Amino acid sequence: MQDAQVDALLAAAEAGVACDGLEVTTGPEGYALTVDGERHEGLDGDGIRAIAADHPRYVENWHFWASAVPAGEDRRAFLRWLEDLPAGTEPATETSAAAEGGPEAPTILDRLDHGVQATWGQLHVSVSHAGGGRRSYALTHVEDAPVSEDGGESTLETFEDPLDARQIAKRDDRERYRPLSTAPTLSTGWLFPSLTADDLVRAVEAFYPATIPNWHRERVGDLDVTHWTQTARRQTGIYDVVEELPQEAVDWVAEACCVDSQCLKRREWQYDDESDVAVDGGEGTFPCREPCSLVVAAARKWAILESETERTYEFELTPSEKHQLEELIDAVADGRVDEIREADVNDGANRYRARYLRAKRLDEDGELPDASDGTE
Amino acid sequence: MQALVIVAHGSHLNPGSSAPTFEHADTIRATGAFDEVREAFWKEEPHFREVLRTVAADELYVVPLFISEGYFTEQVIPRELRLEDWSVEDWESPDGITATHATYEATDVDKTVHYAGPAGTHEAMSDVIVRRAESVTGDPDVGDGFGLAVVGHGTNRNEHSARAIEYHAERIRERGRFEEVKALFMDEEPEVDDVTDYFESDDVVVVPLFVADGYHTQEDIPEDMGLTEDYRQGWETPATVDGHRIWYAGAVGTEPLTADVLLERAADAGADVGDAIERVREETRVDAPGTAD
Repeated sequence: MQDAQVDALLAAAEAGVACDGLEVTTGPEGYALTVDGERHEGLDGDGIRAIAADHPRYVENWHFWASAVPAGEDRRAFLRWLEDLPAGTEPATETSAAAEGGPEAPTILDRLDHGVQATWGQLHVSVSHAGGGRRSYALTHVEDAPVSEDGGESTLETFEDPLDARQIAKRDDRERYRPLSTAPTLSTGWLFPSLTADDLVRAVEAFYPATIPNWHRERVGDLDVTHWTQTARRQTGIYDVVEELPQEAVDWVAEACCVDSQCLKRREWQYDDESDVAVDGGEGTFPCREPCSLVVAAARKWAILESETERTYEFELTPSEKHQLEELIDAVADGRVDEIREADVNDGANRYRARYLRAKRLDEDGELPDASDGTE
Repeated sequence: MQALVIVAHGSHLNPGSSAPTFEHADTIRATGAFDEVREAFWKEEPHFREVLRTVAADELYVVPLFISEGYFTEQVIPRELRLEDWSVEDWESPDGITATHATYEATDVDKTVHYAGPAGTHEAMSDVIVRRAESVTGDPDVGDGFGLAVVGHGTNRNEHSARAIEYHAERIRERGRFEEVKALFMDEEPEVDDVTDYFESDDVVVVPLFVADGYHTQEDIPEDMGLTEDYRQGWETPATVDGHRIWYAGAVGTEPLTADVLLERAADAGADVGDAIERVREETRVDAPGTAD
């Protein structure tokens, strides 16, 4: 513990300190200090110093939370959540660990010696103690965790600048552009071995923008959900048409785009204040408070397509060919086309099977001839 | 605390669309002028709708990295940022090129939002166009014997867009640095397709007033000007067309000095940017051949 940390503690006492088992207040009788479950009253500065010297870990831990975390209640709450600690608010008004039933500073720092792990979407965070109460954060893909402490035989590419996360997040493992940050397609093979609290928050916000503030808003009961009809009504220009999408189609939009296999956010928006979307919102850690720009853009396409009138077609297909069409739709919808083996002709979405069906059933324009009227 | 929020279009399809925004944000971040610098997009994340809550600062300077006043800067961005009582009249820009800033509360966060006019209509963008001419020719003194074409969409797309092009062309022309300066358009006369008809000078620098490179700047314009038959095969810089050497610069918004315009916009809106403007102007300048360190 450094003298400067105790100096800072004395300076902060005026406003009141309460952090993970350490409490300091001032009054006419001097300082009052509670640490390790014991309360000491009527202390002067030297009295505080003497007791603090016997309990350095409390002071070091407090000093980290008081001075080494980024501004913003949401970011602080996120950093404490990573360590499974009560959120607290600002340093001065933070509820004591005892009141919230949380662990005390020595226990907290001991835990960090072994590394405390947390998952945020596809991000894996490992928090460790960098000495003097300071934390060091290692950030990697969940599939690449756990990372050995010395980074030893790791083959992961290492990064230091948290803003490099913007580039990592741009493309998936197949180098395809990821327009949706929270799609479960984050690339693997990278590691930020040692970030400060500030830089960890920056990196997380670059990987998953706005997830921390929205998660926090939800925790404190202040998440401003915007339902489908509100978002649709607000659109102008080419997206004006989105409003015309029928209610049942909104269920299909959510099933297509917003389930866990497509997006790691947990959908909290519904059709409107009264009607829910008839699809599960998912299990994600952080909420989705409003249809995103991808959903709006896709919904525009569906709104235009849904304006067509249904009609009856007549095609000749064997039962197996009908089943094959269903398999083809499934394979594309589940993104498994690339997994189908070259010679696996038992799979209806196999390329040879699809080419055979095309050769047999589609005309020279690539259309399925409609037997009912002789056109398509 | 003060934060700069750069708002740009972004893309669901083109991964490079956000690159200039990120680069300029990094340049400004490095000056330390703002406690936070954040990028936000219409088509990427954070979306305009959620960006204000991602910064801890309570004084926010929002600068659109857009070329002209119009649909996005006047309707979409203020609506999505939830600027309370926004009215385009607050910008006091009846001509569509003189917006500076106006100040609002946003309805979802307890912050003050200074909403600035777009980068593209700031007078400093004239300097970026000139700088772009310097960087594409590699000559910090380019001008003698050179013509300069500033290219934009025409009025078919946005009436203010053409005005912004003419505004910068006029300002640069008045400086007398280039032999000739013309405003050319993609969908109205004078058209960029006929670029060589409009210049006497053998050498012509062509600078499109676009934020990011994409379909128009990398496919349409190069083919229309005759730099190449097929954009996929690329083109020479300079390329010879009808006896003129055409120095095609690509989107002006990719020029590093664009960061300066964003800073100027924020400063005009009341941000304390210290010496950041001077520093960015110095750091992004084009060195004469052989003097680069």
